[in-house]
Amino acid sequence: MAKLSPRHAVVNREICVACGTCVDVCPMEAMQIVQGSFASPLEEKCVGCGMCAKECPASAIKVEVRS
Amino acid sequence: MKQKRHWYHYLWIWSIIYFSLGFVNILFAWLGLISFCLPLIFAIVGGNKLFCNRYCDRGQFLRVMGSQVGLSLRREMPDWLKGKAFRYGFMIFFFAMFFNIIYVSWLVGSEIQSLQDVVTVLWSLQLPWNWTYSAGVTPWVAQFAFGLYSLMLTSEVIAIVAMLIYKPRSWCVFCPMGTLTQTICKAKFKE
Repeated sequence: MAKLSPRHAVVNREICVACGTCVDVCPMEAMQIVQGSFASPLEEKCVGCGMCAKECPASAIKVEVRS
Repeated sequence: MKQKRHWYHYLWIWSIIYFSLGFVNILFAWLGLISFCLPLIFAIVGGNKLFCNRYCDRGQFLRVMGSQVGLSLRREMPDWLKGKAFRYGFMIFFFAMFFNIIYVSWLVGSEIQSLQDVVTVLWSLQLPWNWTYSAGVTPWVAQFAFGLYSLMLTSEVIAIVAMLIYKPRSWCVFCPMGTLTQTICKAKFKE
């Protein structure tokens, strides 16, 4: 099993507008839009770089330390 | 790491072509219906927002101007602009304006009202656009074109202002089509 990055992106599904900006900017191709409703990171790919959080127009993404 | 470029990243060109064509001949404004129909087809048939995610020419235009050209101030949007009340309110207002265009076109078609060859920006500023109308089509066809071009131009102005002040794709937060298609997708997958 691949080692997970200590930080990862967390999406607030209530705020997310599923515009796809995060998918476009993610250098790891870790973001996906689920059912046209919200963005969700693929945990094994996300390195918590914060590009998605920086670009998200709705400020729906935060980078957090994995629990 | 540099992101991969795909053909749809160049769809911003369509925004420029669309508004240029409408400037020359208003009848090209009808092509704006593509931006109304495609997102709905993606959402209703496919249950996704692929149009917003990839194929929206305005989204690509805002990305290029805001991120690549660097015109965006990248401020945080105020919470009320991101809130559901504003998003759904703006969607209702926008579609009310769209149906008003259809109604006015019907009035012109029924010869109750005469053709108004003006483009109205931000629902108040009327720009004379009489050089663009090529005779030869029934007046309601031209009236619908003027109305749709007005709506497209108005929303483009709002989108650009939002891009300049806030993050590049801030328009997407309250885009009426985006709000509608997300609502459709959520309803489709609701258990």
